[in-house]
Parts: sequence; C-alpha cells; structure tokens
Amino acid sequence: MTSTTEVVRAARPAVRGERTVARDNRRLKWVMLAPALAFVGLMIVFPLLYTLNLAFTDAFGAVNAAHSYVGPRNFLDALGDTRRFWPAVGRTALFTAGAVVLETVFGLALAMLMRRAFRGLRLLRTLLVIPLLTTPLAIGILWLLILDPTNGIANHLLTSMGLPRQEFLGSVSQSLPTLMLIDVWQWTPMMTLLLLAGLATLPGEPEEAARVDGAGAWQRFRYVVLPMLGPTLGIAVVLRSVDALKTFDLLYATKGPGGGSDFEVETLNIYAYGLTFDYQEYGLASAVLVLFTVAIVCVVILLRRRPEGRSA
Amino acid sequence: MPADPRPGPPPLTRRSFGRLAAGVAGGAALAGCAPGRGAPSRDTPLRVMGVNHVWSQAISKYVPEFEELIGRRVSMSLLTADQLSNSYNVKLNASGTDIDVMMMRALQEQLLFAHNGWLADLTGRVTGDAAFRWADFLQAARERSTTGGKVLSVPIVTERAALYYRKDLVAKPPATLDDLMETSLRLTDRGANFFGFVGRGQRNGSVSQWSSFLYAFGGDFTIDGRSGIGRPEAVTAYEYYGRLLREAGPPGATNMTLEQAMPIFAQGKAAFYVDADAIYTNFLDPKVSTVQDTVAFAPVPAGPRGARPYNIPSWSLAVSRFSLLQDEAWEFLRWAAGPEMVARIQADGIPGARTSAWSAPATLASFPPDLAAAMRRSSEIGVGHDRPEVLQVGRARDIVGRPLVAGILGGSVPAVARDADAEFADFLVRDNRYREA
Repeated sequence: MTSTTEVVRAARPAVRGERTVARDNRRLKWVMLAPALAFVGLMIVFPLLYTLNLAFTDAFGAVNAAHSYVGPRNFLDALGDTRRFWPAVGRTALFTAGAVVLETVFGLALAMLMRRAFRGLRLLRTLLVIPLLTTPLAIGILWLLILDPTNGIANHLLTSMGLPRQEFLGSVSQSLPTLMLIDVWQWTPMMTLLLLAGLATLPGEPEEAARVDGAGAWQRFRYVVLPMLGPTLGIAVVLRSVDALKTFDLLYATKGPGGGSDFEVETLNIYAYGLTFDYQEYGLASAVLVLFTVAIVCVVILLRRRPEGRSA
Repeated sequence: MPADPRPGPPPLTRRSFGRLAAGVAGGAALAGCAPGRGAPSRDTPLRVMGVNHVWSQAISKYVPEFEELIGRRVSMSLLTADQLSNSYNVKLNASGTDIDVMMMRALQEQLLFAHNGWLADLTGRVTGDAAFRWADFLQAARERSTTGGKVLSVPIVTERAALYYRKDLVAKPPATLDDLMETSLRLTDRGANFFGFVGRGQRNGSVSQWSSFLYAFGGDFTIDGRSGIGRPEAVTAYEYYGRLLREAGPPGATNMTLEQAMPIFAQGKAAFYVDADAIYTNFLDPKVSTVQDTVAFAPVPAGPRGARPYNIPSWSLAVSRFSLLQDEAWEFLRWAAGPEMVARIQADGIPGARTSAWSAPATLASFPPDLAAAMRRSSEIGVGHDRPEVLQVGRARDIVGRPLVAGILGGSVPAVARDADAEFADFLVRDNRYREA
C-alpha cells in the first residue's frame, strides 16, 4: 500500500507536466490559427454581417450616408417583386441547370474519349484548356464580335451556306440559350479535366471482369464506370453549379446593365449588381444578395445529399 | 534541480488571446476604413479620374504644361463611362482620398453625388475668380452645374443630337421626321445587309437619343413634376422610333448602344444615324470608317412641334469632397476649363461650353462646315436635358426605355407605355422623397 502511494505521488508531477503541455498546445493551436481566423473574420464574416445589417436598412445613395432600420421590408419587397426578382430567379435556375447538364454530358463524353491514348491527344488537351485560361470578359467580347447580327462572322458563314441570318445576342429570345452555349464552350473542359482525374483513379479490374463476362461498351460504362465515378461526378457538378449560379462577367459583357433590353438574361447576380451600382439601393441590393447566398447554400446542400446507404 | 526563480512571460489565456485578436482585427478594420487624413507630400500626384473620351485624350497632351505650372505630377486614369461611375461609387462610398478631380456626367450623376455629399462646393471659387469668367459658360450648362444653389461642377464638353447621313445616297438631308421615315424605309435593303437607319435601341442607352424625337413630338419625360411618358405625344414618339428601328434598322437593335450602332454607320451599312455630334470624328477617321468621304451632317429633322434636339453639357469636372489636394484640384479645373484651354481644345474639334469659344471663328474652323452649322442651329433651339432629371437616373431610364423596346420589337406600345407611366409615377414620388431626405 505504501509503495503504491509513493508511485502515485511520484507520478503526479508527470501528470501535471502533461496537462501543462496539453494546455500550451491548445493555446499554441489558437496562435497558429490566428492568421487564418483573422482572414476569415475580416474577409468573409465581416462583409457577410455588414451585408446582412444593410439588408435591414433603407440605405440609398451612399452606404456611409444616414439610414434607418426598416425591419424585413427589403426582403418582403424582393420576394413580392414579380417584375424583376422572380424572373431573375427563374433565369438563374435555367441558366445554371441548362449549362451544367450540358457541360456534364459533354465533359463526361470527352473524358471517356481522352481516357485512352490516341494520336493527337496532347494537342486536343492543349486546345481544350484554352477557353479555361481566357477571362470571361474577353470571351464575352470575342463572342459579341463573332455573333454580331450585322458585321459578325457567324452570320457571314450562315448566309454563305444559304442559311438565314440570326440575331443571336441581339435577340431577346435567343440571348439566354446563346449565352448558355458560350458557357458550355468555356467550362466543359473543366468538367473534362475533373472527370479525367476521377477516371484515372478507378481500378481497371471491375471493367475488365465485365468485359470478360461479355458486357458491351455501353453496359460497362453504364453499370461499372459510371457508378464508380459517382463521387467525382458529384463533386464536379457541385463545383460547377456554384460557379454557374454566380456567372456575371459573361452576361454583363455581352448584354450590359439589366441583362438586356427586356431583362432577358438578368440573373440574380446581374439584378443585385444593378441595384447596387445603377440604382444605388444598397438596402434592397443587400437583401437580394442575402437571399441569393441562402439559395446557393441550399443548392449545395441539396446536391451533396446522397441516397441512404451510399457514401461519398 | 532548483526551480527557475525568474518570472516568465504571463501565460496566453484564451481570454487574453481573444482580446489580442479583437484588438488587431479592430485596428486593421479602422486603418482600412479610415480616410487617411495625413497631409500629402510633394510627391503625391494629383489624381484625375476621367472617361476614355476625345476630350481626355486631348487634355492629356497638355498636362505636362499644368504639371510645370503647379510643380506636382498629375496621374490620369481613364475608364469607360460605366466603369468610371462604378469606381466613384466604390471609392467615394469609402470616403477615399485617392480621387482629386472627377470627370462626370452632370445630368447623370450630379444630383446623386450632391445628395451623397461627395462633391466640393465650387461656388466661391468660380464666382470669385474674375479670370475664370464663369459667366462666359453657356447658361444651360451653368444651370446643370448648379445643385441646391451651389456650383458643384464645371462643364467641359457639350453635345447636341445630330443627324449623320450619306450624301452619296440622298441629295439633301430630310427636313422632317416623316421624310426621315420614308427615305429610311426606301433605302433599306435587308438582303444586301444595308439599312436605312441605325440608332441606339438598348433600353437604357437609347433614352438620351430618343429624347430629341420625344421633344419633336411635343412630349417630355416629366411635365409639371409628373410622368409625361404615358401622354399621347410620348406614345407617338415611342411608336415612331420603334417603327424606324424595326423596319429600317439592323437586326438586334435592342442590344445596341453607341458601341454597336456607330460601327454600322461607320462601315457604310446604314444611310442615316442619329447620335451626339461630339462623336463625328469617328466617321472621319479612315482607320475605323469607310464613309469619311461620303458622310454629311445635319440637324435632327423636325417633328409636329418643330426640331427640338437636346443640347447638353455631357461631361463636367468636379472636385471630390474627400480630396486632400482641393486647391490643386481647383487649379486643374481652372486650367482645363479656362477660356484659353477651351479655345485650344475646341480648335481640335471638341465642342466646349464657353460662349467665347463658340463665337470665335477660329475655333469653329476645325469642324466640317455643315456640322458647325448644325451645331449652331441646335444650340439655339435645343433642350437642356436628354434624360429624366432625377436622383436615380439609371432606374428612371430603365423605366422610360421599356415602351421603346416594345416599339422596336413590334409589341403594343400603348399598353407598355401605360404600365411604364404608372411605374414612373411611383418612382417620381419615391425619388422626391429621397431628394427631400
């Protein structure tokens, strides 16, 4: 008994020392985290809180001018606006869904094609990344010139083939589909690269086994490759969807303020920008941006949800 | 082993770390948001923000003279009009001191900037300086520079609506809007990709050019403080301009601002073009124009109420209230908008806002004779605004432009004009409330 007590007494300083080290480590952890926390606080949390605060005010003209709190009025005004807000919500959803679906399909097709080595693969890969390296603003101006209804080369080609002229971005009805296709042209390569990376990590045996069992190319793709590629595909779709929801430069460069004369490509981003810079209605603009942020978070949660029993 | 008797640094507790982090963050935020009131050094340049315009390019040639005069470097940043406006919004919202001289559109931005308290009061400077000769500026331009009894800007460029036409296609310019419609329709050959008329058709951008048609039909944006865009004269003007662009204009007209419409005329694909007279040099430059030998100029044709083109101060100079170099900034305005410089710049073909320059034959000699005649005529009969005179000009233009787009697309103009009229009436009430606030 005596010897046990001595052992315990002898062990106490060691335990205290471990506790001190553990406490110091916890403190050190905060010190090491400080730069990242300061960045997140100043660059993300503060602007979000500031925007949230503005959303409950009637700030107009200048954010540093006197303004009053108006409760949820800006949110109610936005949600009750059937002239600009809800059509913008619809266009945002349509643009994102249309572009991402096409980019996924084409990206997957190209990734499957480029999975195996063939002559000219390196050249194809180089060509594919060119749209990715170009700024959206430059792409907008480039396509604006190509698709110009009067002087553009696209109509020159169409008429030389005996086809009727098209207005493309000059048309109220053709603008949104045209811009979706431009987005597909620019961002399909990113989907291809992401999916190629995913395909490279897949084991070859299941596909080989299916081949031995007599499965055709489509069956191997549908029942073997696609399920295994699911997690990568999910991540790629989420990343691209969030990016497509936020598309601004391309739409603004081609259609200007308000998304065109009939607001034909006015998405939530363009609408909020117009409220801020063209109308100087900072309170309402902040409310729209808060609603937009909530919508993006909801979309991400929705897309990241998986059927029960399946893990990422 | 004896314990170390020296006292170590106090342990960093979670609470003390929190205080430290809050202090650093608060200090950084305050430092970032503070307007920076330190006195500028001799090396601090005078910062001039301007639009990429022929005036800015012309004045920049003479800037070394000014630098020598005040012994300070001048830094000029030139942006597009929209970028410039957004830049002011961002920088002046943060009370930024990095803008001294502001080039701005008095009719588009002055009321709002004055409401925000962003412009320095120049009243004492312009009226107290005999050599500056404030009374020499055109009266309409002086009126637009004055808000609430204070002079907040100085006009530097004026514009009037002008009719550009091809003298190889029409012997003489149309005198009336009916003539313009008839000739435009006759000359249109869509199969050959040639159009009788081209003009701005974009909802917001076209409002200023459409204003000359509105006035010619006897309308205005507001009449006695109430919306005028639902009145029969306005509806007729909407229908007229809509039909002109729909039946005689190029495809995609609703997407056309100055940047899209001007090249169509410059490339020889349209017979008539109505836009500001200040852009005429674009059609005389063989690098961008194929019509330099065939373009001619005339006043905008008359409507039922005669010819009523707009005649406005399109660009002005102001001093930022947050500038730390307000005296030097005023010196720049005094130099750039002074009688001598205006005469020099007008002699380069850029129409200014001084009566003395307009009455001097030497300064008019640089303009083509028919353009000079059209300018003089428009100055006499012109209307002093080309857009609604409100705080939120951008929103007002968006509302006013809706029936115009309906007209170009072949929709029901009266129905859209009624709807826009109601929206504009609500807008004017709210805009007045903001102004009073």
